[in-house]
Amino acid sequence: MNFSRKSLGIPYGVFLVIFVAAPLFVLFYYAFTNGQGQFTIANFTGFFTNPNAIGTLVYSLALALVTTAVCLLIAYPVAYILATSSLKSKGVIVMIFVMPMWINFSLRITALKEVLTLLEGNLALHPFLNSVVGMTYDFLPFMILPIYTTIEKLDGSLREAAMDLGADPVHTFLQITLPLSVPGILSGVSMVFLPAMTNYVVLDMMYNSTYIMGSLIGSYFSAYNWNGGSMIALILLAIICLFTLLTNEKNSGTNRGGALL
Amino acid sequence: MKRKILAGLLTGCITVSVFSSPVIAAAAENSTESDPVVLRVCNWEEYIDEGDWDEEETIDLPGGDIIGENSMVEDFEEWYKEAYGREVIVEYSTFGTNEDLYNMLTLGDVYDLVCPSEYMIMKLMAEDRLEPLSEEFFDETNENNYYVNGVSPYIRDIFDSKEIQGESWGTYAAGYMWGVTGIVYNPDVLTAEEASTWKVLQDPAYNRQVTIKDNVRDSYFAAVGAVKSELLTSEEFLNDPDYSARLEEEMNDTSDETVAAVETWLQSVKNNVYSFETDSGKADMITGKVVANYQWSGDAVYTMDQADEDDYTLAFAVPQESTNIYFDGWVMLKSGISEDPDKKQAAEAFINFLSRGDNTVRNMYYIGYTSVISGGEDTTVYDYMEWNYGAEDDEEETEEYDVSYFFAGEGSDPEDYVLTAPADQVERQLMAQYPSEDVISRSSIMIYFDDEQSRQINQMWTNVRCYNIFQMPVGVVILIAAAVIVLLIGLIRRTVKNRKTA
Repeated sequence: MNFSRKSLGIPYGVFLVIFVAAPLFVLFYYAFTNGQGQFTIANFTGFFTNPNAIGTLVYSLALALVTTAVCLLIAYPVAYILATSSLKSKGVIVMIFVMPMWINFSLRITALKEVLTLLEGNLALHPFLNSVVGMTYDFLPFMILPIYTTIEKLDGSLREAAMDLGADPVHTFLQITLPLSVPGILSGVSMVFLPAMTNYVVLDMMYNSTYIMGSLIGSYFSAYNWNGGSMIALILLAIICLFTLLTNEKNSGTNRGGALL
Repeated sequence: MKRKILAGLLTGCITVSVFSSPVIAAAAENSTESDPVVLRVCNWEEYIDEGDWDEEETIDLPGGDIIGENSMVEDFEEWYKEAYGREVIVEYSTFGTNEDLYNMLTLGDVYDLVCPSEYMIMKLMAEDRLEPLSEEFFDETNENNYYVNGVSPYIRDIFDSKEIQGESWGTYAAGYMWGVTGIVYNPDVLTAEEASTWKVLQDPAYNRQVTIKDNVRDSYFAAVGAVKSELLTSEEFLNDPDYSARLEEEMNDTSDETVAAVETWLQSVKNNVYSFETDSGKADMITGKVVANYQWSGDAVYTMDQADEDDYTLAFAVPQESTNIYFDGWVMLKSGISEDPDKKQAAEAFINFLSRGDNTVRNMYYIGYTSVISGGEDTTVYDYMEWNYGAEDDEEETEEYDVSYFFAGEGSDPEDYVLTAPADQVERQLMAQYPSEDVISRSSIMIYFDDEQSRQINQMWTNVRCYNIFQMPVGVVILIAAAVIVLLIGLIRRTVKNRKTA
C-alpha cells in the first residue's frame, strides 16, 4: 500500500463523518419528520407560530445583546490599554484575564454566586442582571483576546502618520485605530453572542427561571418531542450560519487570538 | 453511483440480519454452565452503596455489625457464585431522570434490569416492554428470596392493588426505595403549621425565600394541592367514605379547568420563589438562603442531616392537602432479557440480594432514602431505625411513634413496632424517613399521563417557563428588533463593500 500525505487525513475524515456529518444528518432528519417518521414542515411552522418559542428567541436575543455589549464595553479599553501601553508586565496582565479560564466554569459561577449574594442580598430579585453578570464573567476573555491581538498587530506607523498630519489623539483613535480593529471586535462578538444565546447552565445556576433557547430545546427532549427540539436546534444553527457568513473576513488574520488560550 | 451505494447498503443490511440471527442463536445454545451470565443494570445516579466506608461508620446493630467494604455490585457477584455456583458479571450504568432513561431505551440502549419511578413503570407496562417476574421469585419457602420474605406488607399491598390495563404493578415490579414529598423548613422562621400547606410556596411573606422543583410532575402536584386546598382540607371531603379514592382522583385531575388554574398558580409562584431547582435547593437550605424548600423525603433527610452537622436545625412538614407518595422499583426489560432464563434468574437474584436485611441497611445509610423492605422475620431494618432515631435513656422529652403500618406483618403484634423517639424527631428525620400513619392516609400516587394529557401539561409548563412574546413590553420588543436589524444591515453593508474592493 502506498503511503501518501493524503492517508494522514483519513483519521480527520473519519472524525468529521462521525462527529459532524452524522449528527447533522440526524438533526435534519428529526427536524423535518414527525413522530411517525413522515416528512413534515409542521415543526418549522410550529416554531414561528408559537408565541412562547418566539418570546424565548427574543428573550435570548436580548440577553445575548446585552451581554455582548457589556463585554465589548469592558473588553475594548482593557485590550487597547494592554496593547498600546509599554508596560513590561503586559504578558502577566493578559495572563490574569486568561487564567480564570483554566478553572472549571461551574466552579467559577458557584463562587460568583456567593459574591453576588453578598452584594445583592437575595439573588432571585434580579434574575436578568445576574444572568448578564454571570455570562459576562464567563465570556469576557473571549472578547478581550481577539481585540488585543488585532490592536497589537496594527501597523504603528499609520497612527504616527495621522498624528504627524495634525490629527489629535481622539481623531486618531476614531479614524485609524477603531476602524482597523473592527475585525477583532467582530470575531470577539461572534465568540460571545452565539454562546450567550444558548448557555442555559448559567441561568440555571443564577436562579433565572425563564427559559432561553438552550433550555427550551432541553424541555422538548424531556417531553420526548425530539422532532420539535431538533427543529429549534436547526433554527439556531441557521442563525449561527448567517452570522458567521456575514462576519467572515476572507484574509483576516484576526482569529489568531485563540493561540493564547 | 447513488444507486450502487444504496444497493450496497441494502445487501449489507440483509447479509447482517440473515447471518446474525442464527449465529447468535447458536452461540446461546452452545453456552455451557461455566459461561458467566452478563447482567446489564441501569440505576439512578448514587442510588446504591458503593462501599469504602470508614471504620467508624460501622453500624452496630444487635444482630451484628454492618459496614460497606466493597461495593454492593461486587458483593452481589461474589454472593451469586456462592449461592448458585455460577459466575455473573454485572455491567452497571446510571441514568439522571426517568425521561433520560426512557430516551436511552428508545435510542436502542439495552438493559436487563432498570429502576425507574412508578409512573415510568406504568408507562413501560402500558407499552408492553416489561418482562413479568417469575413464580419462583414469589416462592416464600426459598430462603434466598429475600424480597418476598422481607418486603413491607404495606408496600406489597400497594404493588398488588394498583393496576394498569388490568395487570398489577407487582406482576412486573419489585420495589426498591419509596418516600413522600413535603416541605423542608427553618423552624426559626416558619411554624410547622405554616409549612404544612402547598400554599407556602405562594406566600408573599416568604417572597424569594422558597424553592419549588424544576420538573413538571412535581410542580403540577404541588399546584393541584394549592389550587384545591379548600376542598382537600374540608371536613366533608376528609370524612368521605371513599376519601382515598377521591383524593387520588382529585390529585390526578387533568381537566382543562384544573390545568388552567395550575398554570395561573405557577405563573404567580414563579414570581415568588427563589428558584426552580433540582439539586441546588439542598445547599441553599443549609446555607440559609431560603427558608422553605419543596423536597422529596430522602433528600429532606439528607438536608436535615447536613444542617445538624453545622448546628443548624431544620424540620420537615407534609402538606395538609395531600402528599405525593412515590416508589422506585426494579423491572426487567423484554428487550434485554430476551427470554434467556439464566439472565432472568440472575436479575431476580440481584433484587433479592439488595433486599437482604444488612444490604438494605447499607443502601439506606449510603443514599438516605427509605427502602421498601421492612424485613419480615428479620429485624435488621427495624433495629436500624431504632439505632438511628430511638431515644437515649436520658432523653427528656420523648414521644411514642407508631410505624406498625409499615413493619407489622401477619401474625405480629403491632405494638412491637412503636418506637420511643426524641420528641423533635416526630417533625424531623424520623418522620421524613418513615412518615406517620396520619401522613400516609393523605398520600396519593401520581399516575402517568397519557400522550394527550402529557402534551397539554407540557404545554402548560412551557407557558409558565417561557417568555410569551405577547406579554413582553412592546418597547423592549421594538428595541431588540431595532438592534438586530441595525446589526444585520451594518454587517451586510460591510460584506458588500468588502466584495467590491476585493
